[in-house]
Amino acid sequence: MLKQTTQASPPVLKKRISDPRWVQILLIGLMLLFFTGFIFLPLALVFAQAFQKGWSFYLESIREPYAVEAIKLTLLTTAVVVPLNAVFGLSAAWAITKFNFAGKTALKSLLDLPFAVSPVIAGLIFVLLVGSRTPFGSWLGEHGIKIIFSTPGIIIATLFVTFPFVARELIPLMEAQGRDEEEAAVTLGARGWQIFGIITLPNIRLGLLYGMILCSARSIGEFGAVSVVSGHIRGQTNTIPLHVEILYSEYNFTASFAVASLLVFLALLTVVLKSSLEKQFQNNSLEH
Amino acid sequence: MGIELRNITKKFATYTALDNINLNINSGELIALLGPSGCGKTTLLRIIAGLELPNSGQILLDNKDTTNLPPRKKNVGFVFQHYALFRRLNVFENVAFGLKVLPWRERPSRSEIQKRVEHLLTLVQMEWAMKRYPSQLSGGQRQRVALARALAVNPKVLLLDEPFSALDAKVRQELRRWLRKLHEEIHVTSIFVTHDQEEALELADRIVVVNKGRIEQEGTPQEVYDQPANAFVYNFLGNVNVFHGRINKGKVTLGNHQFDAPEELKNLEEKPSQSFVRPHEIGISRIQSSDSDLLGTIREVRLLGGQIGLNLECEGLDLPIEAEIPREHYINLQLARGEKVYVTLNRVKVFTGDYEI
Amino acid sequence: MMEFFQRKRRNILPGFGLSLGYTVFYLSAIVIVPLSMVLFNTIPMGWDSFFHAVTAPRVLASYKLSFSTAFFSAIFDALAGLLTAWVLVRYRFPGQAFLNALVDLPFALPTAVAGICFATLYSPIGWLGQLTAQRDLHIINTPTGIVLALIFIGFPFVVRTIQPVLEELELETEESAHSLGATRWQTFRKILLPHLFPALLTGTTLAFARAIGEYGSVIFIAGNLPMKTEIAPLMIMTKLDQFDYAGASAVALVLLLISFTMLLVLNAVQEWQQKEYR
Repeated sequence: MLKQTTQASPPVLKKRISDPRWVQILLIGLMLLFFTGFIFLPLALVFAQAFQKGWSFYLESIREPYAVEAIKLTLLTTAVVVPLNAVFGLSAAWAITKFNFAGKTALKSLLDLPFAVSPVIAGLIFVLLVGSRTPFGSWLGEHGIKIIFSTPGIIIATLFVTFPFVARELIPLMEAQGRDEEEAAVTLGARGWQIFGIITLPNIRLGLLYGMILCSARSIGEFGAVSVVSGHIRGQTNTIPLHVEILYSEYNFTASFAVASLLVFLALLTVVLKSSLEKQFQNNSLEH
Repeated sequence: MGIELRNITKKFATYTALDNINLNINSGELIALLGPSGCGKTTLLRIIAGLELPNSGQILLDNKDTTNLPPRKKNVGFVFQHYALFRRLNVFENVAFGLKVLPWRERPSRSEIQKRVEHLLTLVQMEWAMKRYPSQLSGGQRQRVALARALAVNPKVLLLDEPFSALDAKVRQELRRWLRKLHEEIHVTSIFVTHDQEEALELADRIVVVNKGRIEQEGTPQEVYDQPANAFVYNFLGNVNVFHGRINKGKVTLGNHQFDAPEELKNLEEKPSQSFVRPHEIGISRIQSSDSDLLGTIREVRLLGGQIGLNLECEGLDLPIEAEIPREHYINLQLARGEKVYVTLNRVKVFTGDYEI
Repeated sequence: MMEFFQRKRRNILPGFGLSLGYTVFYLSAIVIVPLSMVLFNTIPMGWDSFFHAVTAPRVLASYKLSFSTAFFSAIFDALAGLLTAWVLVRYRFPGQAFLNALVDLPFALPTAVAGICFATLYSPIGWLGQLTAQRDLHIINTPTGIVLALIFIGFPFVVRTIQPVLEELELETEESAHSLGATRWQTFRKILLPHLFPALLTGTTLAFARAIGEYGSVIFIAGNLPMKTEIAPLMIMTKLDQFDYAGASAVALVLLLISFTMLLVLNAVQEWQQKEYR
């Protein structure tokens, strides 16, 4: 959450008592060892493998038609999923933080449900709901609508796994901000959408952006759920992670890592954006 | 515009916040809702503004029932305890907000809005801060902007919820006087909530004392202070000495002493009673002036600005008495700790009942 | 009548009906209804075939594997996460902000990428696989490999839950303990660790829950040998590929029940903790 994962840099840390120097060096060393094994080496490996056969092979791997189709599908999925979940997040946060009603706590915990569900199960449930062997799915099929093993299925499964991201960021933020400003706006004669657009939305823009970034990252990288509903049809229902998997299982490692490197760039970008937003958020909260 | 509250009751899940409140407020008055925290005064204010709905009862503004009108249509200005300025809008935009959200038929032109906001900000002496953001202002400045913002929509009623409580003592004093002056200039019916009796006494035309969801008394500051309706009001309006005793057939017994009971309590049978005396209504003298004077020993002397506070132990009383005398008087009498003096209790207020302090 | 009108306008701020209505609708459409399909596909099986499906030796082996690997990885994450949070909050050294940001990498990196990285890294000709192969230690296609991948996935959960608690912890508490003559280690064990424990437990449970369901990062390194390195989510996948929808639902149901129970218990523990501290 935005508020909790603050940067580990409190403005002033008075240097009074601290661990002895050798302990510090030992612990930092241990941490670096862990980071090397689990973060740096894997990252380095991706690039070493991706460029093993040279720059032109790299470019070719990410420019070949199947790769391009996979990129397009991933972008399409993200472009549909993120706005939908953002609108939902705003709506849920508004209902939960601006009003009191029975069942609020239950609703709040239901929002987090998808986080507790294995990605494979996230895919499975949509196969069970609208797969061609289910009543509803075969009815849809008769009307020429195919969901599983096609783009809509990928989008729905991704919607499920990224469902809580925006709401989770907005609810604590809006709870902390309270209702005062909205109430003031209401006494000044503002209508619902005016209050939301002029007052609430600017107040939560950072949290919203943060949630949307996390949502995008997950929807670009989702593998398990998408893998269940996709059918792995090259050039049609392959997202970038699925394309990576196929290349890898065909022992086309270099191409696989080349495409994977795109995802690594995006992950690094996400991490940078995330931490810079956190910093900005901290500065903002210091102002008020 | 006049406000009339009829039988307002508000219940929350576990308690009754307001219990059958009836109140009339005349046009142009400045009213203080005074009471301890949790007494329901803020709830009452929010109900008038439409920010809270009563379980029963009616709110009439200018003889029109507005109980179920949304706040948007009530035309009241509300000033929040913690200002509630829009943090992403600058001072100008904050004040202009109420005008900019009007439907376009009613919305003034840009230049009119500009003029009106400038006028209001001049009125609250904040015209220099037009481009600043709330986070760049001090508490007192924010509260003045909040006031200008509330006034921008030409409210018929101005409601202020503990407007000065978040400010430090000196700024509070200043803003208080300034608000009184402002009210004399614009004369809009105003209600403010406070738990500070000094603030209420200094500012208000009329004070409504609220306790536990009920109105204990309403009246001018003079009336409320001098003729408190009951022990609660007396106690809440300033420091007091309380003596627990008994009343019987026109006599009040306090320790070893007896006083004549006030006229209205003359015919009571034996009952517990409380007698109240304000510290500044206690006379201190070197010589005995009447039989009812008490003999006391000065235990403590404290400097309270222009006054001197004395802690006295009196013969025949269990609890020490707090007295306040003018500094000059103190110097004239050449008092010191440990000395014996005569203590005259002026204007003792006697209440019967189970009131607990 | 009066009552009725008052009920109509119970809320001061606008949009209650719209926002709550849309929230409940969307939640039902995307989460509740699809999830309930697991139940609807299991119920017709009847108890016997359900029991049979979830206790088949291969399924049981996959549960056992998923739980044991998730457990060991979560324990390792607890240690590594505590260490990392401590170093990042308490010490100052160059490159710190960079490392702090990188803690989130496992959140952001697609699991499939993590999967192929670890599989390649620990393959007998991989950078680290070479080293371990010399010592006759095989990582790929073994539970050890699964644990390694899961450690990566769960790591940020622990760090990010402990960090804020550690930041808020008053240095004064430690200083007073110090001034009372406690050694640094005693202070850590008697003062800090109990205080951090709820957060540590939460973070570890989250890492554990995530690890049980994890799929993408594991299947590449696991080798997916039946009875040996086949995790429970893969079991579901296999049953789906055989169009055994009921079987897949049954396995999924058990997994879901376990995850939900775990999170419910965690919530209860947290609530209880909060009450304790008030």
